[in-house]
Amino acid sequence: MSLALIVILPFLGAMLPALMIRAGRNACALATGTATLLAFALLLVHAPAVVLRGEVVQAGWQWLPGLGLNVNFFLDGLGFLFATLILGIGLLIIIYARFYLAKEDPMGSFYSYLLLFQGAMVGIVLSDNILLLLVFWELTSLSSFLLIGYWKHLPEGRQGARMALTVTGAGGLAMIAGMLLLGHIAGSYDLSVILQHGEAIRESELYLPALVLILAGCFTKSAQFPFHFWLPHAMAAPTPVSAYLHSATMVKAGLFLMARMWPVLAGTEAWFYLVATAGLLTMVIGAFIALFKDDLKGLLAYSTVSHLGLVTMLFGFGTPMAAVAGVFHIINHATFKAALFMNAGIVDHEAGTRDIRRLGGLVFLMPISATLATLAAASMAGLPLLNGFLSKEMMLHEAAHTAWAGQGWLVPLLATVGALFSVAYSFRYILHVYFGRRRDDYPHPPHDPPAGMWLPPALLVVLVVLIGLFPETMAGTLVRATAAAVIGGPVPDFHLSIWHGFTPALGMSAVAVAVGLLLILSYPRVRALWQAGPHPEAKAMFDATLGGALALAQRFTHGLHNGSLQRYLAFAVAAMVLAGFVAFSGAPHEAGTRALLPMQPVAVVAWVLLLGGCMLTVVFFRKRLLSVLVVGTVGLIVCVAFIYLSAPDLALTQISVEVTTVILILLALYFLPKESPVSSTVRAQPLRHLRDALLALAAGGGMAAVSWAMMTRDGVSLSDYYLENSVSGGGGTNVVNVILVDFRGFDTFGEIIVLGIAALAIFALLDGALHGRVGRRLSAWTPDLPVSVDRHPIIMVVATRVMLPLALLVGAYIFLRGHNQPGGGFIAALVVSIALIMQYMASGFAWAAQRVRVKYHAMIGGGVLVAVATGVGAMVLDRPFLTSAFTHVHLPVVGEFELASAMAFDAGVFLTVVGAVMLALANLSRMGRWTAHRPVNKMAMDVDPSAAPYREHH
Amino acid sequence: MIEHALTFGYVAVSIAVLLNLWRLLRGPSLMDRVLAVDTMVINVIALIILFGIQQRTTVFFEAALLFAMFGFISTVAYCRFILRGDVIE
Repeated sequence: MSLALIVILPFLGAMLPALMIRAGRNACALATGTATLLAFALLLVHAPAVVLRGEVVQAGWQWLPGLGLNVNFFLDGLGFLFATLILGIGLLIIIYARFYLAKEDPMGSFYSYLLLFQGAMVGIVLSDNILLLLVFWELTSLSSFLLIGYWKHLPEGRQGARMALTVTGAGGLAMIAGMLLLGHIAGSYDLSVILQHGEAIRESELYLPALVLILAGCFTKSAQFPFHFWLPHAMAAPTPVSAYLHSATMVKAGLFLMARMWPVLAGTEAWFYLVATAGLLTMVIGAFIALFKDDLKGLLAYSTVSHLGLVTMLFGFGTPMAAVAGVFHIINHATFKAALFMNAGIVDHEAGTRDIRRLGGLVFLMPISATLATLAAASMAGLPLLNGFLSKEMMLHEAAHTAWAGQGWLVPLLATVGALFSVAYSFRYILHVYFGRRRDDYPHPPHDPPAGMWLPPALLVVLVVLIGLFPETMAGTLVRATAAAVIGGPVPDFHLSIWHGFTPALGMSAVAVAVGLLLILSYPRVRALWQAGPHPEAKAMFDATLGGALALAQRFTHGLHNGSLQRYLAFAVAAMVLAGFVAFSGAPHEAGTRALLPMQPVAVVAWVLLLGGCMLTVVFFRKRLLSVLVVGTVGLIVCVAFIYLSAPDLALTQISVEVTTVILILLALYFLPKESPVSSTVRAQPLRHLRDALLALAAGGGMAAVSWAMMTRDGVSLSDYYLENSVSGGGGTNVVNVILVDFRGFDTFGEIIVLGIAALAIFALLDGALHGRVGRRLSAWTPDLPVSVDRHPIIMVVATRVMLPLALLVGAYIFLRGHNQPGGGFIAALVVSIALIMQYMASGFAWAAQRVRVKYHAMIGGGVLVAVATGVGAMVLDRPFLTSAFTHVHLPVVGEFELASAMAFDAGVFLTVVGAVMLALANLSRMGRWTAHRPVNKMAMDVDPSAAPYREHH
Repeated sequence: MIEHALTFGYVAVSIAVLLNLWRLLRGPSLMDRVLAVDTMVINVIALIILFGIQQRTTVFFEAALLFAMFGFISTVAYCRFILRGDVIE
């Protein structure tokens, strides 16, 4: 359980900073740090078992067992190492960021994003289920998007965030497919199971596609060539983010996954050529570009790309010793690179620029920072007595023994080239920033930062030195435990030490340092040479690719969705006809066995009416008001059909919906042309009309045939189950209502929420539109219909007032009896809404709105809450959500009646529906007021019968 | 006896709705057509009541009640649209 808590704590903690920022910036940072510290402490509790005794701690529970998705966590050496990096460096970053962020930066949201990210990262490294891992993987992409784009006002920040999300998100998508393949081969999505099936997975024919897809995810996340370009652009983020995400944690997620999958996927030729080659290329190219970056963070970003390539290459070699070297370098790189990123932030903060060309000679102005930077950068260069040296030696040693396609010289040569560039850019960081001539044109007068900013990197530099001096004591145990988890078998016998004798690796190292120093000493000449060569710009290529993809998607979308409703309908109907035809051609074609019923003359009349209504719609289609009217007859016959086929609930619903729809359409039609354009006539577009006619005939004929086939056959349906269990299970005899509020109550619950959201969206959209362009267009628009002078006719006002209580009574009646007889909350809500709309129609919006004290928004929310309360009530009594209960109560005078919890749920439905319908209609009707240019009516009707002139007649 | 009355009622109402359909087709004015639909609704109420009597059930009564209440509302809405354009001012 405490394992899960390690993952959950940062997520829970993510809420704290957003709240605590009100108590000040220190409290905010303290709350954030506490959440991380707690998680870190919990992690360290497991250290003895995991690191010293090599045990694997497990915890978890089932989430969606049907999908193989379990919330399983496990902690082994590899997970422990990464969790330590994430939480330990996270803690330092939190302290550093407290002093780094300016007063005007919103600190609360920064720390919230940071903790979200932290939780997602810890989730990745502790997941024992690859589906769960994927969830966390995507969460890191999202939270890093928020962090990179934290300075929303900077276009580079937004673009960099978008690019990072696009690239890592695309890789994540590929990885989902790869993981599903992997789980399919292994027969389980649990990592601990998959790790035992390495042999079977490597022999499967799906191995290669799974490998390529998973590597696509790893390479994009870890910025491997050719996906490396997003990382430098992500440097637009605040420096704490760069130090955390882009040196220590997120970019290492890809490495982590390669290490995690190492026992399963590594060791094949495909693995070697894909992974080792990508790593080698990335290492050399990244180091080369880094040498010519003038932005400090750009230099560090490409250097990170290069070092990630180094580790990738080591994992790609596929030998246990290379894996050990890879693990060791992950530790070393995290320490010196995070320190350097923080250092770059300090320089930026204190000197006012990160441009190396404007810096130099800072060593006397910022002695502490200079010392820290020199040590960390020397470690990055791989100088002896520092930790970077050790793992680089191990890398060169492995490279010296590796042949690529039979060529024994290729890998060692390129590895040395990568190392010498690495030496060169590290020295550039030291010499061009801190040494050289002291200048007097720094944007700010530079000085050392407050202790809160230099202490975190100092702590890391101490580690750099200590590991460099006493590698076996400081890191041996951790490396061994981690390597054991990566290799998944016996760990090769090794001893971390500074001196290995005169080996080829030492020679390569010496060459690298010598040539690297030479390069940096003659930097102007090297730079001129580089300037003459080509400079492919990754961002331009990325933008062009993205633009091309967008244009293609747009052409495709606009081809399908060109704004013509006929076209949408034609596509949809044609697809349905096609699907129906495919199903039909593959099924038996005998006639049904049921006897036919005699034809009722009344049914024939209704049928003639239905046909007549449809045909008239076609005839009158250009006159829009007439079309609405004629379609109304079709609705009328549908209601009758529901009654005739014994579905009174549906009939009641249909009747109310018809009325509401008519009002809705008429409200909209007021602002629309009253006639369809001439271009829509048969003569103007004969081909389109022919297409539509054929489609309509095919679809209509198909529906008729399906209905015929269904009704002449005996089939099994669910109805019997509902009929049997309605009274015993739901306590109601009206099965339709019991289905709505009980059997499928959860569906209804979702539907009322959707309805509420839709109504609120209508409100929000209209409100926004009316105050913008649409509002101006509306006030410039004059109604195109002749208008009668009678605004609120007295006879209509009187009639609707009389009908109001009657309609409300009917609504109450239908609601109350709904559980046992036709009716229910939904129908009652429509009835009440219509009763209220009548008043709006008769006396105008302003008059009615003044008299309705209830806010419709609140009504929607209240309805949903009532429904929730009903559902939770069942949970309080230890039953599943929305289980209904009922009892019979005897009251004097009233007699015995039933009391069901479903009634309360139905009340929730009622409130939501009334609120939604009224909110939508009332707001649509508000549009008319923008065109009226006349004062709103205060009176109920045009004339006031109580006014003097009328009284005089009596 | 009730059987004959029902048959007579069905025949009469059926003829009436068919004539409504004819009026809807012919017009000539828009108001004629609105009234044709309004009358059609009233005739449908009659059909539902007759059907209920025939089936000896009261279950369809509410449908007729709603039609009686709300058929009127639709007609009013059409009239307001024709007279004023804006249904809710």
